[in-house]
Amino acid sequence: MSEDKNVVARYTTAARINHWITAVSLILLALSGMALFHPSLFFLTNLFGGGQATRAIHPWIGVVLAISFLGLFFRFFTLNFWKREDTVWMKNLGKVINNNEEGLPELGKYNAGQKLVFWGQSILILLLFGSGIVLWDVYFEDYTTIDQKRLAAVVHALCAIGAILIWIVHVYAAIWVKGTLRAMTRGSVTRGWSWKHHRKWFRQEVKKS
Amino acid sequence: MATMQSLDIRRRSASTEAPPQVRQSAIQVAKLIDVSKCIGCKACQAACLEWNDLKAPIGYTDGTYDNPTDLTPTSWTVMRFTEYERGDDLEWLIRKDGCMHCDDPGCLKACPAPGAIVQYTNGIVDFVSENCIGCGYCVKGCPFNVPRISKVDRKAYKCTLCVDRVSVGQAPACAKVCPTQAIYFGSKEDMIVHAEHRIADLKSRGFQKSGLYNPPGVGGTHVMYVLHHADQPSLYAGLPDDPRISPMVGFWKGVMKPLSLAAIAFAGVFGFLHYITKGPNEVSDTDERKADEMAKGKGA
Ligand code: HEM
Ligand code: SF4
Ligand code: SF4
Repeated sequence: MSEDKNVVARYTTAARINHWITAVSLILLALSGMALFHPSLFFLTNLFGGGQATRAIHPWIGVVLAISFLGLFFRFFTLNFWKREDTVWMKNLGKVINNNEEGLPELGKYNAGQKLVFWGQSILILLLFGSGIVLWDVYFEDYTTIDQKRLAAVVHALCAIGAILIWIVHVYAAIWVKGTLRAMTRGSVTRGWSWKHHRKWFRQEVKKS
Repeated sequence: MATMQSLDIRRRSASTEAPPQVRQSAIQVAKLIDVSKCIGCKACQAACLEWNDLKAPIGYTDGTYDNPTDLTPTSWTVMRFTEYERGDDLEWLIRKDGCMHCDDPGCLKACPAPGAIVQYTNGIVDFVSENCIGCGYCVKGCPFNVPRISKVDRKAYKCTLCVDRVSVGQAPACAKVCPTQAIYFGSKEDMIVHAEHRIADLKSRGFQKSGLYNPPGVGGTHVMYVLHHADQPSLYAGLPDDPRISPMVGFWKGVMKPLSLAAIAFAGVFGFLHYITKGPNEVSDTDERKADEMAKGKGA
C-alpha cells in the first residue's frame, strides 16, 4: 500500500476495521430503528426476523456501535480540534460546494466538514446510548419513571434522525469527492488527492517519508 | 387474531390505511364503576383471572389490602385502597384500577406495531398479542399507567373489557360477579344516565362534590367511575385529575414522524441534485503534478 510511492497512507488496517464495524452497526441501527419509528417503514423488521426480533436485537447492535465508536473517538479526536483555518473554510462553504477550492487555507488531516461530522456523531451517539438504555425495558425498565422514558423516546428519535442526516452528508461527501473512498477501503489516498484537499497534512507526510 | 370482526375496527395501531367504514351501527359501550358502592371484596379480581384463564403467581403483601400491589401481566384489575381522613371521618376509598378504554387511546397512538392495538367501533381498546413486539411504547403512551409487559413472552397485557364476552352480548366478567352491583355495563349513554341517578343520591346524602369521572382530555373513557369526591380524583390512589396523552408522546408520534422522513428525503434529493448539477470533485492532472513536485521537494 504505502510502499507504493505514489500514494499516501491514511488509515491503518485496525482503524479501517474499526470504521467498518461502526458503519455496519450504524446502518443496521438506522434500519431497525426506523422500522419502529414510522409505520410505513415497519416492513424493515423483516430484515431482522420480525418485530419481536428487531426490538430485541436493536439495543445490542447499539452496544456494538457504542464500543466501536468509542474506539474511533480515541483514534481521531486529537486530529479534530477546531482550528482557525476551519472557520475560514466554513465561511467559504459556498465555494467548496461549487467545486472551487481556490484560495482556501491549507488543511490538516481533516476539513471543517469532517470535523463537524466527527463531533456531531460523537454527541449524538452519546445521547442515543444514554436514551437507548432508558428505553431498554428488558434490563432497565425499573430504573426510570414513565415520564423519563417518554423524554428518552423523544430524545432517542430526534438524535437518530440527526445521526442519519449526518450519515447521509458523510456518505455523500465520500461519493462526491473522488478518491476519498479508497482511504477507507485500501487505507491510502493518492498524492494528488492529498495535495488538493489536505495540503498541510500532505506536507507533513512528505516530510516524514 | 382480533376478537371482533375486522368490520368492527375503528382504529388500528401503526397503520396507514383507513379502517373499514361500511358498518355504522355500533353502539358505544361503557363500564360504570360506582366507587361508593364497592366493598373491596375483590370478587371482580377473581372473576377476571377466572374468565381470562390467567394464573397470577403467589405474591407478597406489603401490609395494605392492595393485593397484588400493582397491575401485572396476569392481573388486569387491582383494587386500590386509600384511607382518607376528612375532618373526623375516616373514609375508605376503594378504586378498581385497570384499563380505562380511552376514546383517544395513548397506548394505540404510541404503538409501532401494525395491528398490535385496535380500538373497536364500540369503543373497546384491545391488545392483539400476536402482533405485539414487546417494545413498551404503549406504557409510555398510556396516561393511566396500565399496560404491563410480560417477562415471560415480552408482550403487553391489560384489561380487554372482556371483548370476547361483549361481542356475544354478555357483560364483562367483573360486572357479572360484583355482589353489590358496583359495576354496571351497557351503552355509554345509559351508563351516563345511570351515573346521574347515583350522583343525585350521593349528593342527597352529603357528598356534594360527587360526580362522574369521564375525563375529556382523552376524549372520554369507556370505563367510568362514580366518585364521591369527583373534584379530587387523585385522592383515589392517584387517579389522574386531568389525564391527557403526554405532549412528549404527541410530538413523538405526531409532527415528528412526517418531518423526519421529509428531512431525510430532502437530504437524499439534495445530494443527488448536487451531484448532477455540480458534478464530482475530481483531482486533476495538474493537481497530481503539483503534488509530485511537492513530494520531490520534500514539502517545500
Ligand atoms: C447507541 C446505542 C443504542 C441503544 C442502546 C439503542 C436502544 C434503543 C431501544 C431500546 C429502542 C426501543 C426499541 C427497542 O427496544 O428495540 C430504540 C429505538 C430506536 N432507535 Fe436506538 N439505540 C441505540 C442507537 C441507535 C442509533 C445509532 C440509531 C440511528 C442511527 C437508533 C435509532 C433508533 C430509532 C429510529 C428508534 C425508534 C424510535 C422511535 O420509535 O421513535 N438507535 N433504540
Ligand atoms: S409493547 Fe405495546 S406498544 Fe409495543 S408492540 Fe406491544 S402493544 Fe404495541
Ligand atoms: S387506559 Fe391506557 S391502556 Fe387503557 S386505553 Fe387508555 S391509554 Fe390504552
